[in-house]
Amino acid sequence: MVSRRVFLKNGAFACVSLGFAPSFLQRTALAAGSGRSKQLIAIFQRGAVDGLSVVVPFGEADYYRARPSIAIPVPTSSDREHAAIDLDGFFGFNPRLQALEPLWDARHLAIVHACGSPDSTRSHFDAQDYMETATPGMKNTPDGWLNRYLQTRRPDDNAGATPFRAVALTSQMPRMLEGPAPALAVSQLGQFGIRAGQASDALGAAFEAQYAAAADSRLNATSRDAFNAMRMLKTADPSKYEAEHGADYPRSPFGQALRQIAQLTKANLGLEVAFADIGGWDTHVNQGAAQGQLANRLDDFSRSIAALVTDLGDRMADTVILTMSEFGRAVSENGNRGTDHGHGNAMMVIGGGVRGGRVYGRWPGLAIEQRYERRDLAVTTDFRDVFAEVVVRHLGVQDARPIFPGYGISAARFPGLFG
Amino acid sequence: MIRRRPLLLFATLVGAVYGGRESVQGLPSPPDRAIVHVLNRIGYGPRPGDVERVRAIGLQRYIDEQLHPERIPDTGMTARLAPLSTVAMSAREITEQVELPTIEVRQERQQNAANAAPNAADPPMMDPVQQRANSLVLELSEHKILRAVYSERQLQEVLTDFWFNHFNVDARKGRDRFMVTGYERETIRPRVLGTFRDLLGATAKSPAMLFYLDNWMSADPNGPHAEMGPPRIMRGRFGAIFVPPMPRPQGPNAPHGLNENYGRELMELHTLGVDGGYTQKDVTDVARAFTGWTMPGPRQGNGFIFNPRLHDPGEKIVLGHVIKAGGGQSDGEQVLDILATHPSTATFIASKLVRRFVSDTPPPGLVARVAARFRATNGDLREVTRAILASPEFLSPDAFNTKVKTPLEFVASAVRATGADVQDALPLVRNLQQLGMPLYQCQPPTGYKDTADAWVNTGALVGRMNFAARLAGNKVPGTTLASDEPTNNLALHLGGPAFQRK
Repeated sequence: MVSRRVFLKNGAFACVSLGFAPSFLQRTALAAGSGRSKQLIAIFQRGAVDGLSVVVPFGEADYYRARPSIAIPVPTSSDREHAAIDLDGFFGFNPRLQALEPLWDARHLAIVHACGSPDSTRSHFDAQDYMETATPGMKNTPDGWLNRYLQTRRPDDNAGATPFRAVALTSQMPRMLEGPAPALAVSQLGQFGIRAGQASDALGAAFEAQYAAAADSRLNATSRDAFNAMRMLKTADPSKYEAEHGADYPRSPFGQALRQIAQLTKANLGLEVAFADIGGWDTHVNQGAAQGQLANRLDDFSRSIAALVTDLGDRMADTVILTMSEFGRAVSENGNRGTDHGHGNAMMVIGGGVRGGRVYGRWPGLAIEQRYERRDLAVTTDFRDVFAEVVVRHLGVQDARPIFPGYGISAARFPGLFG
Repeated sequence: MIRRRPLLLFATLVGAVYGGRESVQGLPSPPDRAIVHVLNRIGYGPRPGDVERVRAIGLQRYIDEQLHPERIPDTGMTARLAPLSTVAMSAREITEQVELPTIEVRQERQQNAANAAPNAADPPMMDPVQQRANSLVLELSEHKILRAVYSERQLQEVLTDFWFNHFNVDARKGRDRFMVTGYERETIRPRVLGTFRDLLGATAKSPAMLFYLDNWMSADPNGPHAEMGPPRIMRGRFGAIFVPPMPRPQGPNAPHGLNENYGRELMELHTLGVDGGYTQKDVTDVARAFTGWTMPGPRQGNGFIFNPRLHDPGEKIVLGHVIKAGGGQSDGEQVLDILATHPSTATFIASKLVRRFVSDTPPPGLVARVAARFRATNGDLREVTRAILASPEFLSPDAFNTKVKTPLEFVASAVRATGADVQDALPLVRNLQQLGMPLYQCQPPTGYKDTADAWVNTGALVGRMNFAARLAGNKVPGTTLASDEPTNNLALHLGGPAFQRK
């Protein structure tokens, strides 16, 4: 039985760099940096992805005992196509994360496993809320943690305020970006603007004046951001965007959202924080293993992220992609070949400055007595320690305490994702 | 100059839309502001002439009338809804005419796909059977918009929207697209002014909810259990029918064990609220109580069934109440009784309704009074709703124009304000999707949020201005404008800040 195991092995020994890896993946090229301002791309897997099927603890016999019909086979299985991709001799990728394998091999992708919230809720709604506000157990937090980051870091500290400083590629503003600092929610960049044929400009100007004169402070402020954004987008002309370096985005909504993040980034509109989400992870029924419902979502997820990384090229030196999901799923499969709501989960941190090729965090084990409430993967890394390390060591915030109220931020608890 | 023009413009439009009596400043007089407020909150906003009609009969009488929709003639709706053939189809007709053909086509396609090389770049063409399946939710959405715009029973429509959202199901989840039509028509709408316990019980037994929250396949992991006692007689919609002993379902989707999804959301979202005082143990025992509450497969029939072979017969303890072993189907009924009468439920429902009708930040005093009314009337929703609509908080000018319209409220109220004629509501359905509120497709069981923060953002605001421009320019296909207001003035009014509020 494996317990209290610390994973700090370097995955690079086990892996050989693949020929098709884009040039930016060479660490030497990244080390110099580019002098660009830092960027964070946050990705939310809504619905609670089953982390044990994403980063598979194939070294645990209990994993296979708990999941007779939905476990991912060990990498040495004769069924190579459906077997886990060995990462470090104990953990493996779901085979449908193949698109991310080169990033792991090049040590630009780190995993934090058994990561999550100290709060025990198994409600999607609450757990997403807690993760997006970074205040577990507190439902009345008015703003999201990314918004508090934006508040902490005054825009004139770096590139200057632009309406595209924080953009969610969603039709509704995610909780994570809600708050007093301006942020933009737009699902289709190309449709952003007043479109009324020949009258567009005149009508836009009249709308702008009307909202500017309104005593309604909320709508007034939102409209100001909207009209500034329209002007900048017009200059950048996103309709002519073509992906670079052979990046091949899936035609899924998620793939297209990430494509638009690349588009905005390269238009140099001052994008600092981007957000996208992807649903379909609430696999209570017929979850599948290397094939099926979950695998199809993972395929979209991983190919979209891989395309974004390829497309951004050497800009990845200044970029971190952070993936998260509100909680993991129960260790044992349920009666419907699915998994019910659980606790600890796996996060990914991808970027040029990331010390990747490692699974971070203490592995608590999957034996019944090692589980949280005897059923779920225990949490050994508070998700706020991951967020905080990204905020401090990547985005360069000196004092992260206001971003994580009520949590004693301590560098000693950082997983060590940035060296 | 810039600051003056919009005000004058707004005043002109208020006059044009709300008609008649204006104060010196060109804004509606105080009594008319109250009328506009009520029309915005218990309905989808004033049509031309509505303010006068309400003024003539009196505001209180109008509210009373709306609390009794069964007494309000609504004959105009029949013709409006006639083209939407699936909206009136029975559950059985939908199964036989839409769902089963869809299953057959899918199986056929899977067989074909197994014999052919996959070609991802070449998505299969939409066949007529699939189109018909998709049309179910689209027609239901069209019907919802048409009722919001044209029904005289405005409060009933608002409450149907509220309670559907409270007991949300997502039509995109598997079989639910075949069941949402019946769910809204038979489970929700007839009960929005009935008792909460009745509504709760109806949703618990509705195939739409049984499927959406997976209870249909939740089973005692220690089962199956042998059929006990005499053959059961079930009362269905077609009278009493004999039900032969059921075999335990087989196949990959067959129930294998306990599924807590419904048990959890029943307490968190439908009754007690997340802070209502339940534990994980309660969730598990509630889920155990509802094992066996299931539904037949599409080829076996329609509606709720209790399958004792799936049921966990042991004792359960829910919120301190002991549910004795061997209760069978009554276990679930007992849980619903416990939850419906729990004080947390009264408070939770009261605060949600007050948030809907009065304020994004519900006044605690009003919530307490409404919750007390809920408890005193055993959850009589007509009395609970009346307690809100009769409250000083609801009719206080402090409440006027403080809520931001949801996209549905925005679109419906814009169409109403212009007096437009909608011959085809499908383009309006598409517009609502673009505005971030696809009808019947809210994925989480929480339903759509009912507060401004969910709906006020830059992208959404631009979307609303564009919709206003399209509607005012007569460029929404299927909707013809009656207003002869200059296009830009009307666009600026409907897309402007005041019209986003209610």
